[in-house]
Amino acid sequence: MKLEMKDSPGQLVSVIQPISEIGGNILSVIHERDPAVRSDVLDVQILCEIPEGSLEPLLARFKQIGVNVLRIGEERLLVRRSVILIGHLIHTDITDTIDTIDSTGFAEVHALSMIMPAINEPSSTKMTIKSDSLANVNRALDILRDVARQKEFLIIEPLEDV
Amino acid sequence: MRVAMLGLGSVGKGIAGAILERDIGFTLTAVADSKSGRIEPSGIDIASMLEQKERTGMCGTPGVGAVDILASDAYDILIEVSPTNAETGEPALSSIREALCRGKSVVTSNKGPVALDFQSLHRLAEEHGAYLRYEATVCGAIPIMHTIESGLAGNPITKLYGVFNGTCNYILTRMAEEGLTYQQALLEARERGYAEADPTYDIKGIDAAIKLVILANAVWGMEKTLDDVEITGIDGVTTASIALAEEQDLTIRLIGEIIPAEGVLRVSPRIIPKSHPLVVGETLNAVAIDTVMAGEITLIGKGAGSLETASAVISDLLFIRDCHGRRS
Ligand SMILES: NC(=O)c1ccc[n+]([C@@H]2O[C@H](COP(=O)([O-])OP(=O)(O)OC[C@H]3O[C@@H](n4cnc5c(N)ncnc54)[C@H](OP(=O)(O)O)[C@@H]3O)[C@@H](O)[C@H]2O)c1
Repeated sequence: MKLEMKDSPGQLVSVIQPISEIGGNILSVIHERDPAVRSDVLDVQILCEIPEGSLEPLLARFKQIGVNVLRIGEERLLVRRSVILIGHLIHTDITDTIDTIDSTGFAEVHALSMIMPAINEPSSTKMTIKSDSLANVNRALDILRDVARQKEFLIIEPLEDV
Repeated sequence: MRVAMLGLGSVGKGIAGAILERDIGFTLTAVADSKSGRIEPSGIDIASMLEQKERTGMCGTPGVGAVDILASDAYDILIEVSPTNAETGEPALSSIREALCRGKSVVTSNKGPVALDFQSLHRLAEEHGAYLRYEATVCGAIPIMHTIESGLAGNPITKLYGVFNGTCNYILTRMAEEGLTYQQALLEARERGYAEADPTYDIKGIDAAIKLVILANAVWGMEKTLDDVEITGIDGVTTASIALAEEQDLTIRLIGEIIPAEGVLRVSPRIIPKSHPLVVGETLNAVAIDTVMAGEITLIGKGAGSLETASAVISDLLFIRDCHGRRS
């Protein structure tokens, strides 16, 4: 989103704070002074991830603190789903498993955390898949289930959308 | 009313004790175990019969068995609480059929016959003006059938899901709480009498799947068998996988689900928030019923145990007694 605010100390922090307060995650901040326009205002572009349904409250908050929202860019939904994989994941090439998801173009492996097992024991890994829609996350999970069947590992899926 | 009972193990003793101690108006007129039986149309002295069973391992006279009892006509309701055979349902299936054909109502805790032959047993009961009740087959003491049938009458059920196996729940709970390995937790469950010598049925998810089959057929009139259930057990679950879940206040439980609209009939270990109502401890069972009008209702209770299972059988007996006469 593109914001316009007074160019005075502490102003940038005042817009960042509400975003983190609602549980958002700031991906990038670009700010520029454009002398051609007014010198006392600052244009800021913020790219952030915020929880579903929190855009309206955020905008209300900006209004309250006197920040002018010039433009809201494309709103993209982000859906994350974590599953736990159990099996001989390293022997069956975990990189290849990740690539299978990443190469779909509609979903990606966002995080991976693995607990190394004792030798010859299956390892356990939590994999978080991210996409811009629930349908695409489910498509990615379907692919992962196929991979699991081929490589003989167990997928433990969430009961609900956690 | 007069009742005859086949099986005098953990559940049977609980029922006999309840009939003896609680004034619920039933007379036990016949009983059999694997080796013996007795028929006393005027009523068995339960205390001395239980004492004899304790002392000799036999409740009656060798050579008297299910066949004699069924043919005796000394009973109005048959209680079938002999061991489960999930492949053939026998010998319980034949006993239940025989009783129904004679117009006698049947109450059972035995999953085998109910899961294997649901439709035809019901047809038989219908044809002969008898009742077939099996509250105790699913989730032990939890009145799931009664709740759905009476408490939630008129409410279409859209989904049923829950923890249907106490042994698995115990194992997963101990792995999460104490960091035990699967093998250690299984061993502990055995020592405490929560797992059988051969735990295959429990840990492979088959026991939970059989309960789903019964529910699917009873609640929605489906015609499902064990082969229709997608089953994954807990024997592949690692302590590390539970630790990974617990990092985010989640845990792992064996969940059975029926979602008719999506064609889901599945038993599988699942990641679930620790704060979820289905996350129960020890050997408890829990089942959530999703309904159109009442929203979601969750029942939690003991899925097994002598008196607990007897409680479900007794409620079925009382149901039949209260309905009796309405049909005739
Ligand atoms: N235990 C529970 O908490 C629980 C919960 C829900 C459902 N159930 C189901 O309820 C049923 C009974 O369970 P349980 O725990 O009581 O089992 P159990 O302790 O093994 O007792 C089984 C009883 O059946 C008798 N029996 C074996 N074959 C027989 C035959 N052909 N005719 C007549 N009696 C026979 C046995 O005789 P002997 O005494 O001579 O061995 C024993 O008395 C099973 O189907 C079980 O799956 C149990």
